[in-house]
Amino acid sequence: MEETTVQTEHMAKYRKSNLWKQVFRRLVKNKMAMTGLGFLIFIFVFCMIGPFFSPYANGGVDAININQPPSAEHWLGTDALGRDVLTRLMEAGRISLTVGLGAMVMSVFIGTLLGVLAGFYQGIVDQIIMRTADVLMTIPGLPLLFIMAAVMSEWKVPAENRLYIVMVMLSIVGWSGLARLVRSQILSLREREYMHATESLGLRDRRKLFVHLLPNIVPLLIVVGTLSVGGAILSESVLSYFGLGVVPPTASWGNMINAANSLIDFQNRPWLWIPPGVAIFLTVISINLLGDGLRDAIDPKMKSR
Amino acid sequence: MDQKEPLVEVKNLKKHYKDSSRSLFKRNQSVVKAVDNVSFTIEEGETFGLVGESGSGKSTIGRSILRLTDITDGEILYKGKSVHQLSKQELREHRKSFQFVFQDPFSSLNPRIRIGDAIGEALLDHGLATKKEIREKVLEVLNLCGLAPYHIDRFPHEFSGGQRQRIGIARAIIMDPEFIVADEPVSGLDVSIQAQIINLFSDLQEKKQLTYLFISHDLSVVEHIATRVGVLYLGTLMELGSRDEIYENPLHPYTKSLLSAIPIPDPTVKRERIVLQGDVPNPANPPTGCKFHTRCPFAREKCKTIVPEFKEVEANHFVACHLV
Ligand code: SF4
Ligand SMILES: [Mg+2]
Repeated sequence: MEETTVQTEHMAKYRKSNLWKQVFRRLVKNKMAMTGLGFLIFIFVFCMIGPFFSPYANGGVDAININQPPSAEHWLGTDALGRDVLTRLMEAGRISLTVGLGAMVMSVFIGTLLGVLAGFYQGIVDQIIMRTADVLMTIPGLPLLFIMAAVMSEWKVPAENRLYIVMVMLSIVGWSGLARLVRSQILSLREREYMHATESLGLRDRRKLFVHLLPNIVPLLIVVGTLSVGGAILSESVLSYFGLGVVPPTASWGNMINAANSLIDFQNRPWLWIPPGVAIFLTVISINLLGDGLRDAIDPKMKSR
Repeated sequence: MDQKEPLVEVKNLKKHYKDSSRSLFKRNQSVVKAVDNVSFTIEEGETFGLVGESGSGKSTIGRSILRLTDITDGEILYKGKSVHQLSKQELREHRKSFQFVFQDPFSSLNPRIRIGDAIGEALLDHGLATKKEIREKVLEVLNLCGLAPYHIDRFPHEFSGGQRQRIGIARAIIMDPEFIVADEPVSGLDVSIQAQIINLFSDLQEKKQLTYLFISHDLSVVEHIATRVGVLYLGTLMELGSRDEIYENPLHPYTKSLLSAIPIPDPTVKRERIVLQGDVPNPANPPTGCKFHTRCPFAREKCKTIVPEFKEVEANHFVACHLV
């Protein structure tokens, strides 16, 4: 028989550490991506665990100490209600990160489902889904979000539940791009000979989809999903900045920057808006660095896209 | 031979592709006749060798027979049933009894699926065996196909081309089919390995009473396995006959030219050399009359205008040529 045993034995040891380990190894070598990941871990821990160590947790209003500049007691000063800005920054981060992740999960779910259906069943299903996606993509995202937010403001949703509304809105706007990518990926996978093989074996659609097609688009989902978290955080911030997203007293990085809205605060109290601004900036940049790194690690050929 | 119903009957098969290459100013809607009125039968237990250059439509014919592609016109009967008329349910039933072996041993296996799962999944999906039985069956076909038991948990990238082709064959065999279409199963392999794979096909045929449609671009590949051979050129059958007739008494100039290109190991045997001029014409714009006339060393005036009839010149030996 052919060159079987010795060589495959060797190859097996070396390669059984399969695809994902290789991806991980490549990712670890990427300094930018690791910096991004490092900062993300930091910000995550900072926001999720930080408030437990703060003496000012849960919106302690302090009428005597309003608009205080940074000091030993209040490292980032206090806001117009005398609340500690550092604590609020952490609490806001919880909301913004949750909205970003939640919107990502939802839009990845919707986008994958619809993209797979369109690519796999083609015909009329494809037409309906993709024309809807086209319409969504031709309307610029932010105005659409504003309109939806304005409509939803009428529903008198309690402030603490607004973040779920924002997640849903962001995923409605966000799924279409991914659906397109997934669809085109499915279309190209369909033409692989192993997919023709599933046809000639008479396998059920369920098996073709879940065993053969979906595992092959997971890398794409990871990359696009990661990158979309950044976009969702940004959109949430913009909405909240305009008072259409997460509204006070619930804090988000976006509605904290709202302080920069007034000229006095903007000029004289930079501790109110610089920290959330920097938090958004660094978080989004880190996510993009990590996403790009993941893309390069998963498929070095995708690099140029 | 004729009393028994053939296993597969291809009747006036046509497969046309619309090739709409558009430029800014004109719209060319040409029709490529990939398969142009092809008829033949495959008898139970035989190996029908289908030979032609690339683009001659041989793969399309193979895929049409197993309904892996739609057809434009004509009919394909499998055990007397029209394959392209079957309902979805009936087709799924039929898929158990005919199988396809693919040309490219690399892309025909999903890189993320272990060999054992790839080979056994059809049994599982059709509900033909329990997981435990499947593992045993997989081991059995691995052995039949010259693979080792420990291969079962490996991924495709751990195998050579020849081994992968064995895996592809195992995947087809495990369904216990009656009929297998093998689409150039050895053309992607080293010459040294080709013979092993062809032998494997022969062994399996004997053990499992299989019927094959064996597709190749190379007459020398099917020589040792085919019982009958059809020669295709630009989607049309040029010659059809028993293996012995085709190799020892070829009548069509195209068949002769293909044969004369094969080196003969025995120097005392002489074959006339016919070297073809030119390339295969564009299938979107095939020559009129006899499609072979642009390259045929014997072409006459009438070859350019009149399509030669595909006629039985000797018993069970069909040729489409004005000279015969
Ligand atoms: S019909 Fe004419 S052109 Fe065609 S093969 Fe015969 S001789 Fe050649
Ligand atoms: Mg082919």
